[in-house]
Amino acid sequence: MGLIFSFFAVITLVAIVFIGVKAAQLRYLFGIVIPYAAFLTFIIGVIYRVLQWGRIPVPFRIPTTGGQEKSLPWIKWNKIDNPFNSLGVIIRMALEVLLFRSLFRNTKVDLREGPKIAYGSTKWLWLGGLVFHWTFLIILTRHLRFFFEPIPGFIRILESLDGFFQVGAPVLYLTDLAFLGAVTFLFLRRVIVPQLKYISLAADYFPLFLIGAIGFSGVLMRYFLKTDVVGIKELTMGLITFSPVVPKTVGTIFYIHLFLVSALFAYFPLSKLMHMAGVFLSPTRNLANTNRAEMHVNPWNYPVKVHTYEEYENDFREKMKAAGLPVEKE
Amino acid sequence: MANPKPEELARIDLKPHKTGWMDTPTVFKPGIFPNACKQKSLQTVGFPNPRTWSAKDEDWKLPENWQEIFIEGLRERVSKYRSFRLFLDICVRCGACADKCHFFIGGGDPKNMPVLRAELLRSVYRKYCTTSGKIMGKIAGARELTIDVLKEIWYYAFQCTECRRCSLFCPYGIDTAEITILARELLNLVGLNIDWIAGPVANCWLTGNHLGLQPHTIKDTFDMFCDDIETITGIRVSPTFNRKGAEILLVVPSGDMFADPGTYTTMGELLLFNELGLDYTWSTFASEGGDFGFFTSNEMAKRLHNKIYEEAKRLKVKWILGGECGHMWRVWHQYHNTWFGPVDFLEEPVSPITGTKFENTKSNKTVHICEFTADLIKNGKLSLDPSRNDNLKVTFHDSCNTSRGMGFFEEPRYIIKNVCNQFYEMPENTIREQTFCCGSGSGLNASENMETRLRGGLPRANAVRHVRDKFGVNMLACICAIDRAALVTSVDYWSPGVRVTGVHEMVANALICKGEKKRTTNLRGDPLPGMEGE
Repeated sequence: MGLIFSFFAVITLVAIVFIGVKAAQLRYLFGIVIPYAAFLTFIIGVIYRVLQWGRIPVPFRIPTTGGQEKSLPWIKWNKIDNPFNSLGVIIRMALEVLLFRSLFRNTKVDLREGPKIAYGSTKWLWLGGLVFHWTFLIILTRHLRFFFEPIPGFIRILESLDGFFQVGAPVLYLTDLAFLGAVTFLFLRRVIVPQLKYISLAADYFPLFLIGAIGFSGVLMRYFLKTDVVGIKELTMGLITFSPVVPKTVGTIFYIHLFLVSALFAYFPLSKLMHMAGVFLSPTRNLANTNRAEMHVNPWNYPVKVHTYEEYENDFREKMKAAGLPVEKE
Repeated sequence: MANPKPEELARIDLKPHKTGWMDTPTVFKPGIFPNACKQKSLQTVGFPNPRTWSAKDEDWKLPENWQEIFIEGLRERVSKYRSFRLFLDICVRCGACADKCHFFIGGGDPKNMPVLRAELLRSVYRKYCTTSGKIMGKIAGARELTIDVLKEIWYYAFQCTECRRCSLFCPYGIDTAEITILARELLNLVGLNIDWIAGPVANCWLTGNHLGLQPHTIKDTFDMFCDDIETITGIRVSPTFNRKGAEILLVVPSGDMFADPGTYTTMGELLLFNELGLDYTWSTFASEGGDFGFFTSNEMAKRLHNKIYEEAKRLKVKWILGGECGHMWRVWHQYHNTWFGPVDFLEEPVSPITGTKFENTKSNKTVHICEFTADLIKNGKLSLDPSRNDNLKVTFHDSCNTSRGMGFFEEPRYIIKNVCNQFYEMPENTIREQTFCCGSGSGLNASENMETRLRGGLPRANAVRHVRDKFGVNMLACICAIDRAALVTSVDYWSPGVRVTGVHEMVANALICKGEKKRTTNLRGDPLPGMEGE
């Protein structure tokens, strides 16, 4: 159900912008108003969500320790997977965010008759995820060329590296290929692996379809339909300089691409995509394992009802005396 | 109820049902879920809705406004625990956690995939705490909290041992233990605990320990230990109880005072500290290092463990030494300081034997007994004859709590390697931070849910069987009282021929004491190597 719903949701988005631009000529709406609104939703939404999380206390220091703790001086400790100071935490977080270290640990269970259970290393999800996120980031960065005039050097360098093989005209970007491949992989595993299919919700398929459609429309536009790039740049520069213009020469495919991107931006803060910001706040990863060395304060720690020694002795005094155990009150 | 044969139980299908999980009703299967909590247990600690009820009945005798209580409780907790809120919000259902859970591997029930177990509660959270869930309902993964949903949450909250293995593999560190801990806390708001947790909690409240051992019983038990030690070693040890002015307060899990093989660990500790002439005391009041309150609610956990510091203060000890126990150390290490700190009435722990300062616990002032003993061995303070353990081929089970809530791997291994000549590791994906739970942790060690325990115990026991067959391993060492109780059952079932021991039992076997007689048996009465005929 989630799959079909998400598929048609994305189709509907495409239909809306197609009719809106082609039939109703709402170029100003789809070229200017919606992108502004979506971007604003994204910024405000993400900040709101992060502040909302940030306001909630972290009552306990609960790092998941992935290696030997710092204890006796002659015992070698794992500075990254069981950090004891901020530097260790920063390294742990950096490896987590940039290289998906925890996912790299992934294993696959192999259950055989007997029973005999083995655990093999499996890196496919890690690799697919890494390619997906990194190529997404590179593609996004490349797109900054539409918001700068002149185009900064680092973007040009990125572009020439990405188009290293100089295939086709315009030059084929490797990240475009890898990105579409990774999205396809992430989608296919959801429909092929039975357990994954079972846990997948509309909220998992929808962003995949949406992002896939963004990639697909982008590729179509760049390599096949070849719409007016000068016009597009006019529009994007207008957006960034707050003097919006809507050139007539830009084809519908561009509006489809832009509308889908807008949809993604607007959807982002409402969705699981917030893991991008959330991962930084995860208490099992971003805290040092200094529990017994330093006190962690819980702002809502409160006194609780306890059973005191006095009450205990009152309950058992005679038995304690008979057993020769010392008591406070004879 | 007889258990199925291992071969039958091991026919596991990891493929999920055809129907979606929200549309697949949870059927309560005997052998899977533990008994309901008793009225008296809840009354003892003043918990809500005490009554006699059974999970097998249609009517769970809930308060009329149970739904409101649960949802209010949920709203309160997502604003008090960042972990909880974040973990409910950011899961992308990548599935990396799915086959990391021992209950899923050993059982195949898709709702035991950590992601889906969390999703049971997450769907309710979406419905009542998020805008998209309120508006979009099922398509946003939200669902009403019906009585069947509540029962389902109960059913699966007690099929998770809070071992955190999934959290290690999660790219965002989502910790199902946090979800389960708070789910159980919510269930307790409407009186839905299990007997095997609520009973020990009530005992612990009244007597200071889960087993309900009263002060004179503890004293008698130790007298028996001392007699046995004297028979075996010729040495009379005379431990003290509730003694003011001792340097160290020793607190161990009460399971080790009560049942084999844990009792041998206690005997080992008695012998070791006697040999050292350590100035320490036991307490009949602080007679429990473990904390089943932790499986109930954070407040209950704090209520039960106040006694440890109260007693340390009353007896005017310098610092606290803690025994071999798993969840005890998760609580002592990650929670005590926050609940009870600053612990400024105690001193920074220093070993009176070696002079070593335990810098890593300078604020909390609690030392793990394996840290203490490893330091003794490193400094050459113990005279050891590991050949006395030559009848043992040993492997070591890392307890989940000390592994992923602490990172306690080298100390016990260092000790074992010094007191045993034959030590073999289990496969690397099943030890250290990747260790598998015994299958019965977090209060699930009852007998009526035996199928769950055996299934959950399979991954650990299977690794034990691997080293049994490959190296002839016959002894499984661990530093957890629940392990010592649970692994016996699970290993007997899946990997017969392997026994279970605490680390300090083996230490005492190897320990050469001043003035001891020629030993012919070890602490559990088995003949020492070469003494079989005597």
